[in-house]
Parts: sequence; C-alpha cells; structure tokens
Amino acid sequence: MRRNLPIFGVLTVLLVAIAIANPYFLEPQGFLAFVKRAAPLAILAAGQYFVIVSGEFDLSVGSLVTAEVVIAARLVDGDPGATWPVIALLLAFGALVGAVNGLVTTLLRVPSFIVTLGMLLILSGAVSLWTDGSPRGALSEQFRQFGRGTIGPVPWSALILGAVVAYVVWLMRADFGRTLVATGDNQTAAALSGVRVHRVKTIAFVLSGLSAAVCAILLGGFAGVSAQVGQGLEFQVITAVVLGGVVLGGGRGSVAAAIAGAFTLQALFTLLNLHGISGALEFTVQGLILIVAVALGTLQPSWRPRRRKPPALTS
Amino acid sequence: MGRMLRMTGIGKSFPGARVLSDVDLDVAAGEVHALIGENGAGKSTLMKILAGVHRPDEGTIELQGKAVEFGHPIDARRAGVSIIYQELTLLPERTVAENVFLGREPARRGLVDREAMEKATALLMDELGEFSFGPRDLVARLSVAQQQVVEIVKALSVDARIVVMDEPTAALAEHEVELLYRLVRQLSERGIAVLYISHRLREIFELADRVTVLKDGAKVATVPIDQLTTADLVRMMVGRDVTDYYPARATREAGDVLLKVSGGGNDRLDGIDLELRAGEIVGVAGLQGAGRTELAKALFGAEPFSRGEMTPKRPRSVQEGIAAGFGLVTEDRKSEGLALHQSVRDNALLVARTRGQRSGAKVLDLLKRVRLAPPSPEKEVRLLSGGNQQKVVLAKWLTVAPKVLLFDEPTRGVDVGAKASIHELVRELAEDGMAVLMISSELPELIGMSDRIVVLRDGRIAGHLPANPSEEAVMHLAAGS
Repeated sequence: MRRNLPIFGVLTVLLVAIAIANPYFLEPQGFLAFVKRAAPLAILAAGQYFVIVSGEFDLSVGSLVTAEVVIAARLVDGDPGATWPVIALLLAFGALVGAVNGLVTTLLRVPSFIVTLGMLLILSGAVSLWTDGSPRGALSEQFRQFGRGTIGPVPWSALILGAVVAYVVWLMRADFGRTLVATGDNQTAAALSGVRVHRVKTIAFVLSGLSAAVCAILLGGFAGVSAQVGQGLEFQVITAVVLGGVVLGGGRGSVAAAIAGAFTLQALFTLLNLHGISGALEFTVQGLILIVAVALGTLQPSWRPRRRKPPALTS
Repeated sequence: MGRMLRMTGIGKSFPGARVLSDVDLDVAAGEVHALIGENGAGKSTLMKILAGVHRPDEGTIELQGKAVEFGHPIDARRAGVSIIYQELTLLPERTVAENVFLGREPARRGLVDREAMEKATALLMDELGEFSFGPRDLVARLSVAQQQVVEIVKALSVDARIVVMDEPTAALAEHEVELLYRLVRQLSERGIAVLYISHRLREIFELADRVTVLKDGAKVATVPIDQLTTADLVRMMVGRDVTDYYPARATREAGDVLLKVSGGGNDRLDGIDLELRAGEIVGVAGLQGAGRTELAKALFGAEPFSRGEMTPKRPRSVQEGIAAGFGLVTEDRKSEGLALHQSVRDNALLVARTRGQRSGAKVLDLLKRVRLAPPSPEKEVRLLSGGNQQKVVLAKWLTVAPKVLLFDEPTRGVDVGAKASIHELVRELAEDGMAVLMISSELPELIGMSDRIVVLRDGRIAGHLPANPSEEAVMHLAAGS
C-alpha cells in the first residue's frame, strides 16, 4: 500500500488549494458538485485500471463513450418508457466492444494498443456515418437524472460512483484481482500456474467497456448529447491511471489509486479554472503529467532500494 | 607451426565468486584446440576474456608473441580474435553480405558499395566450398548450419587469426555436423587457430589436436588427443571428491504407479517410455538440448505430447495437467515461476482454485512447511533470496497437493544452505507419497538425490541407470560416446 500514498497526498494538497481559492468547496454542496463532475472520469479510470494492470491498453473508451451517448439519444428519443431498456442495451454494447477488444488482443495476438486504436477509429467513423455530423434524438428526463439529478442532497452520480468503487475494490480482493495482477506482472508464470490468461485479459477489457457505458450514461445526463462528448477521454483516463501510480506494462498499482488519480486530475483542472487559466491548456497539462508520472515510475525501482533497502531474506 | 596464442596465469573473480584461477592456455597456429569442462568450469569466462568482454584480474595474453590487452571486444576483433557464440549474433533481416561487412561496409562516394560487398563475400564463400545460398540471401531464411557458415565467412573477412567456437554443434542436425567439421579443418589448413568448446566428446576426438580440461575454474591439463581415451577425458572432467551431503534415499519400496507414458512424442521428443511411482525420485540427465525441459513440459501439458499413451490421460493444456495432479517447478523461476512484484501470499495462491486451497491459515502452514524463513506472506517476492523464491514456488504447488511434481533445475541460483534445505524438502515430499521427477545439470545433485536416473539424448531416452551410478556412466549415456 505504501506506493499508493503519493497520489493521495497530492490529491489532498490540491483539494486544500481548491478550498482556499473557493471556500464554497468546503460546504457539502460544493464538494458534492465536485464529486459529480469527477465521477464519470473516475468510473472510466476504474475500468481502464483493469486493462492497464493486466499489461494492456484501452484507447477505444473515448469513442465508445461518444457512441453510447449518441445511440442513447437516438433510441430513447425523449420517450421515458425507453429509459431502462436502452440503459440495458448500452451496458451490453459496452461489454460487447470490450469483448471484441479482448478477444482480438488475446486470440489474434494483435497488440492492444493497435486493436483499441483501431476500435477508436471504427467507432468514431460509425458515429459520424450514423449521425451525419449532428446527433439526433434526445435523452429522456429519467435518463438525464443519473448524470445531473440528486436524491436528497446526494447526486446520483456520486452514489453510482460509490457502488462502482465498492464493486471494483471487492473484485480486486477476490481471486480475479489477484490473478489479473499476477498475469500483468508475469504472463508466462501465470499461464504455467494454470491461469487462463486469455480469459482474464478479455474480462479486463469487458470491464473497461462496461465502465465506458456507465461513464456515458452519466456524461449524457451531465453534459448533454453531442458527437464530441467522449473526445480525448481515452487520454484523460490513461493520464489519470498513470498518475495514480499504476505502471504501464502491468502488474503494479491499485484500483483505489487509479480512481484517486482521476480525482486528482479533475481537481487540477478545477484549480486551473479557478485561477483563470485557460481550459485550452488542459491537454498541455495532461501531457506533462503523463510524461512526468511515467518518468517517476521508471525511476522508482532504481533509487528506492538504495534509500531504504529492505533486508534480503536469507535462508 | 608457430605459437598463436598464449594465455598465462589468468585469474578472474566476480563479486562473491572466484571463477578462474591461474589458467594457462596455449594454442598453435593451425591447431584445433578443444576446451572442455562441466557447466561452470570457467570455459565461457576464459573465452570472454579472450574476446575482450571481461578483463582478467591477473595474467597476461600474448598473440603471436606480442603482449596484448583487450579493453573492449573491438580491440580483440582488431587483433584477429573472432568468436562464434552459441546463440548466433547475425541480423536476421539483413543479407549475408550485409552481415559479413556489418559495421565496416565498403563505401563509394559516401554510399555503401553493395556490389563490392557482395563480390567480396562471394569470393570468400567460394574459397570455403559450394553452398546453396548466396551473398544476397536474407539471413532469416538460412538454417543454423548456414548461419554458421556466414559467421565463418565473417571471421575470414576480418582476417581472423583465432576463431573460437562455442558449442557449435548444439543446434545442428546430424548431417550438418559434417559440414561444420569440414569448415573447421579448412580454417586450420589456413593456419588459423581454432578453439573448440564442446560437451560432445565424439567431436573432440574427431577434430581436435589437443584438449585443455578445466574444472572449477582451474586447468586440469592440456593433452594431445591421441594420448587419451574417452574414459580419461570424462575422469579429468568430473574427477572430484563427492563430499556433498544428500538426504537418505527412499526408506520404503516405491508405491503405486502414478504416471505411465509409452511412446510419448512431439516435435522435440520421441519414443518416451516412462513410469513414475509414488515415493520415488527419478532423476533426468542429459546435455543441453537433449529435451529435458521439454519432457517436463510435455508431461505437465504446457508443451503437450502429440502422440503416445499416457496414464493419467495425456494433458493437452496446463489446466488439464494441473487437474490430473501435476505440478511443474520451472527452470527459470524469475521468468516462468513467479510474479516478482506480487507478495509471497499472492504467488503462493496463484495455482489455488478452490476456497479451501486458498484459506489464509493454510497458506501460512505451507510457508512453514517449505521452511520459508521468515514466513512473511506480505513481502514482495522479488526481495527474497533465490532459495526463498524457490520455496515460494514450491508452496504454490503444494496448495493443490499434486501427485506428481516435476522439478526443472530445482537448485539453480540457490545458495548452498538453501540448497540442502530444498533437497530435504524434495525427499520429504516423495516420502509423503508424491512421485518426483527431477531434472538437474549438476551431476552430483542428480546422483545424490535420485532413486534412479533416466538419461535423455536428442529427445529420446538414451538409457536408465539405477541409484548411485558413477558420473562417468551418466556422461557416457548423455554424450553418446
């Protein structure tokens, strides 16, 4: 757990800085509004975590979110009765896209970077074709509640996020989580220990696809329907996960830290916004974070042991 | 014949281990000089010193009477030393000529002069004989034997005075070996000194003029080959006092047959007949490439047999192998056995599938049973010593209580103390009714531990030996001499 501490420290510092710049943040309403904004990315980060810790990438999630929102608007088309069936369909579609990513990566041995980049292009092409540039239809009011509404003081999205966090933390403590991380750490050793590596990795992609579906349901309500809603999300989410200290290449990092990474990124954007720094800089900031976080991650093994080397066990 | 190379009093230590001490070697021009010794005798280190890869701590090197010092492999190459390593170092996606002239391509007006390069390569190839490939062929399309030809052409093109060949026949088919012999003789006729490293005694008698035997980092002797018999050579290589301690052998008769294979084979193995009984440790001997690891992986289901009968049913996958009661402790625990960044507990639980197998209390018991000291389940495995890592691998298999445990080099890279404790554990497991198959390149270990020994050669069983055979007997079967 020790390696998770840095990200929680950084997050705390940023939250304090936001509170200083904007005292409203300390009130429940202010803080919950922040959670509501951060929830879609945090959920997406949880999904991406599974894929990255297994040693792969999922670049398709941005396009997938857009596709899901566009499909939802078209199918719901303002009809409240369509809300639940369409939500079920969205989840199934996310799982399907994830399964395709996973199966192509594992069975055909195409690097996931390429598979999911291809999927990104396929989905965004399909969305353009289907919408002719501007999405049609509208979400029902019930549907939008998940992204923007509240029960009492608590936003729906915060509750959904809570449920997702509880589920993924449980998943990582279960047999699946251990197997997944071990597979990312050493696929050969896992395979020779009887782990069904293909299946485990495919499930990770399915979880990422599902997280994109949930993210889309929240974003559709929160941000509304557009053909740009998921744009750049794949980079944001990978930045968030890496910022959480999850090592690209797999095998190291926790899901809680990945989610904290998403909150940290959101806090940083909020802070920049509060200080009047242009939103256009977001990409630049993200790029810097990505490089610095990975650089620090690769430095760690070489300098850490020298500072406080744990005694090697002698037998 | 003049003296080509003289190495005097060569000594070399690596942190924690003295690898060579006071080794002399002299080789005449045009001589084929064999260098032999068991694994770890210091052959490779001596050759790496000659190649400029390592600097000797003590001793001098003279080439054609002149003292030389190699600070870098390039110095050695310039001085006329060419090394042909076991793993060939050619670039697969380049042509033969490009490989021969790699790094020193002839240039014309700043561009590589391909024509000159290919002409020069063709000329050198013509001198060596007739080949079914040309300078413009891609190396990737060549067989291992043909790639060796390219390495030799490369050596000739830099006007090598000494050519070192490290186990050149290890990857060759029978009929290709003849071609290699012919090439070696041609080099020697040109006055080039050939240093020939091999485990295969037959080849040494076929090719060498003299042989130098190394053992435990020191020179045993240099002798003209015609004054020796195979038996002499084997004795010189292994002659040591067996002082190592091994646990007592099986105290009871071997029990039920837990594994039976007849006619097992795949693309690396053929005609494998084998029986393992409860309570016995069966050793597997063989030279590198004889198919020992392949045998273990075939039984386990990782690289399954494609033919033959087997009881229990021939596993077609690792999952089936585990379900049938097999466990495999792999040769290289870091790349195949452990997830190094995970905890001892997570590694120990990697094979476990049922809740009962995974319970925390049981894991602790297992860690104690394999004598992991201290038995700290939360520690990252990469921080453990080699011996403790091996014990974690063992604990991992014990969670599923296998009937047959396959050990591939169980004590490689493990220090002496942990070694004895792993030996005891292996014996204990057999006493508890498991059947153990143990592969080891260390003959004393193999002989000390095994209730009987199976010797492999070229993917087939070359013979069976009872408990406690002589090292000579094992080597004879393994080398086919």
